Amino acid sequence: MTKKVKIIEFLVRGALGICALVTLITTIGIVLVLGSETIPFFEEVSITDFLFGTRWTPLLEPKSFGVLPLVSGTGMIMLGSAFIALPVGITTAVYLSEFSSLKMRAVIKPVLEVLAGIPTIVYGYFALTFITPILKIIFPQTEVFNAASGAIVVGIMVLPMVASLCDDAFQSVPKALKEGGYALGATSFEVIGQVIIPHSASRILAAFILALSRAIGETMAVTLASGANAQFTFSPLQSIQTMTAYIVQVSLGDTPQGGIEYKTCFAVGSLLFLITLTMNVVGQSILFRYRRSSK
Amino acid sequence: MIDKFKSRKRTEKIFRAACFGLTFFSVLILVVLLFHITMTGHKYLSWEFLTNWPSRFPHKAGIKAGIWGTIWLISITACISIPIGVLSALFLEEYKIRGKLGKVIEINVANLAGVPSIVYGLLGLTIFVRYCGFDRSLLSGAMTLSLLIMPVIIVSSREAIKAVPDAIRFGAYALGASKYQVVFGHVLPIALPGILTGVILALSRAIGETAPLIIIGALTYISYTPESVMDEFTVLPLQIYNWASRPNEEFHYLAAGGIIVLLAVMMSMNFIAVMIRQRASKKVKL
Amino acid sequence: MNQETVMTCRNVNIFYGEKQAVFDVNLDILKNKVTAIIGPSGCGKSTLLRSLNRMNDFVPSFSMNGEINFDGRDVLKSDPMEVRTRIGMVFQKPNPFPKSIYNNIIWGPKIHGHKVNYDELVESSLRSAALWDEVKDRLHDSALDLSGGQQQRLCIARTVAMKPEVILMDEPCSALDPRSTIRIEDLINDLREEYSIAIVTHNMQQAARVSDYTAFFYEGELIEYGVTDGIFTNPKEKRTEDYITGRFG
Repeated sequence: MTKKVKIIEFLVRGALGICALVTLITTIGIVLVLGSETIPFFEEVSITDFLFGTRWTPLLEPKSFGVLPLVSGTGMIMLGSAFIALPVGITTAVYLSEFSSLKMRAVIKPVLEVLAGIPTIVYGYFALTFITPILKIIFPQTEVFNAASGAIVVGIMVLPMVASLCDDAFQSVPKALKEGGYALGATSFEVIGQVIIPHSASRILAAFILALSRAIGETMAVTLASGANAQFTFSPLQSIQTMTAYIVQVSLGDTPQGGIEYKTCFAVGSLLFLITLTMNVVGQSILFRYRRSSK
Repeated sequence: MIDKFKSRKRTEKIFRAACFGLTFFSVLILVVLLFHITMTGHKYLSWEFLTNWPSRFPHKAGIKAGIWGTIWLISITACISIPIGVLSALFLEEYKIRGKLGKVIEINVANLAGVPSIVYGLLGLTIFVRYCGFDRSLLSGAMTLSLLIMPVIIVSSREAIKAVPDAIRFGAYALGASKYQVVFGHVLPIALPGILTGVILALSRAIGETAPLIIIGALTYISYTPESVMDEFTVLPLQIYNWASRPNEEFHYLAAGGIIVLLAVMMSMNFIAVMIRQRASKKVKL
Repeated sequence: MNQETVMTCRNVNIFYGEKQAVFDVNLDILKNKVTAIIGPSGCGKSTLLRSLNRMNDFVPSFSMNGEINFDGRDVLKSDPMEVRTRIGMVFQKPNPFPKSIYNNIIWGPKIHGHKVNYDELVESSLRSAALWDEVKDRLHDSALDLSGGQQQRLCIARTVAMKPEVILMDEPCSALDPRSTIRIEDLINDLREEYSIAIVTHNMQQAARVSDYTAFFYEGELIEYGVTDGIFTNPKEKRTEDYITGRFG
């Protein structure tokens, strides 16, 4: 019997191994694809012009390829969303892990899961038709497409991620440590602020980094809500364009393959990929180190 | 001393109230969002809306093409991503390869899960649409989405596989079973409900994806239902995007109608996933 | 002791990484006898038992040297799957597969392609595990619906269905109540007619009740080995005496 079994075993192992390699090939594919269009792009446009130029008009004459307007647009979305997602996310986690009854947990957790599962296009629609009109009432100078509206919904979108990663972190604080604090007569505010949060600081940081990286890569919500007007500005009520929204804008038009406009997509995509990859690697390695040391 | 105590108590009270309030912010947002969309979209919800083709006139427009495109796209995506994802997870979890390669694959999967979806779109555009010559077909779209949700399927399947008690594996090995007999005879069947839950959630995410499909050039105006994997297609979220990005407000209401349908589909999938998870959690506890 | 031996351990050393768990052990498992391995927890008795059918292969840091002879061949150099088909094992906690009672029994013979009448096999296996009368009317119910003691007997039946030559039992009663324990002990008494059994236990009364031979382990070393009556009534080593009289352990 053993011979037949051994052959099957060998084949199964091989087949499963090939499947596992698909993910590796995907990564290699991403790098090759982005590189193969980005390198020719930089033969036509100098890297310094690209990285430090403040005018982004690749689709209009005179063409200019300074990516900073897209970066500032993306940065504004990121900062704005952080402004919502980080405080709300972390207090939600505090509430879930320290104060809530099991019943409340059973309500909040699914709500967060649903919020995390709603497609980004829906958030975009919500921003455009609900949040922007409200902003207009408060700040009459608000434009139809504006950074703030996009940032708010992206913040809502990444909030569940911050909350659940921080909740995991708080749950893993040793019970003895918390009880030590309470036994000294500390209030929960003091225990949370001086025991729990310092103890899980690095994991909270990882949660923030991973959530912000998600915010940077967000596409449809900001495309719908924040516009397609690449300008180097820091005013949240104006129309802007993010890196992702630019790629969408080009894809919707009839851009011939091989032209400089086509290549800009990949150059911007490469920049986006590098930024998010760096953040993810940093965030994941913090979590990974923690997972290993906790064993 | 007493004053200090009082002020500490006050801080504690405020703190608790703040935590409670901010936590309910999420609930509030969800309620407002659903309410807003229902209010703006309900008047276009009708049988005609589900069975009409897209149109320049809002009252004649429907989402038939989007619905059929979504069904086709997700079915093909499921056929590609589920086997590869689940088998990869089995490989990583059961055939633990010691040393570098295993670790590289593991880190790689974690990082792929964080790559923006639009980057997958650029990958699909170059490889499937142009290099393989599949054009803007369902196949290109499904393969792109498969790569996108593969890391999600792998991560959740691994969790489910990890939850299978070792006692089961040892019991089978002690009967002289070989590895694949243990894995496919016991581990996979026991882990299946957990895997299924993860797979459904991943697919429900794929249903809402828009950006990568725009990049690979999926269309928004289509007035036929696909008949083969090589046909061009549109999907529900694309239709919604198209309507939402028009200045005419009537089209915004249409978009909201589409969103109601999209959310209904996704929520029922999530509901099924949760049901499977709850039923499975009652079984197998050694 | 001019008995026929089925397994012989010669100079067996077992390591977990740097740490040595078993030191230079020489031990015989005799045919159609019950050999009990006793000793305080952490003395290496389970480790040794699990090495006899290569179940320690799954521990990453595990390594061993020496020789374990079984049927003229060294277990360490044989195919682990074949070893495990011929040397069955019952574990500390009952671990039935989440399948029906019937399918639990036939899973092993099925994967090895044994051509037998499954219905008969199920009946005979369950009978030899003294479980038949209790479950004969619900063979297709889930094994998880059985009580702990029944589950453990099912695991024994599952092992017996493979017709092994040796059955290893790793504290098979430690998760069971006293009544179930007695039933398993009775069962071990019956099984000795057909099988050679090695049982690890931390319960000295149990060793005295069920075994013919007893090996006493302490801190990874085999201190004393002999006929059970001899070990319990007239131990040669001070440490054995201290342990069985309850002075430590």
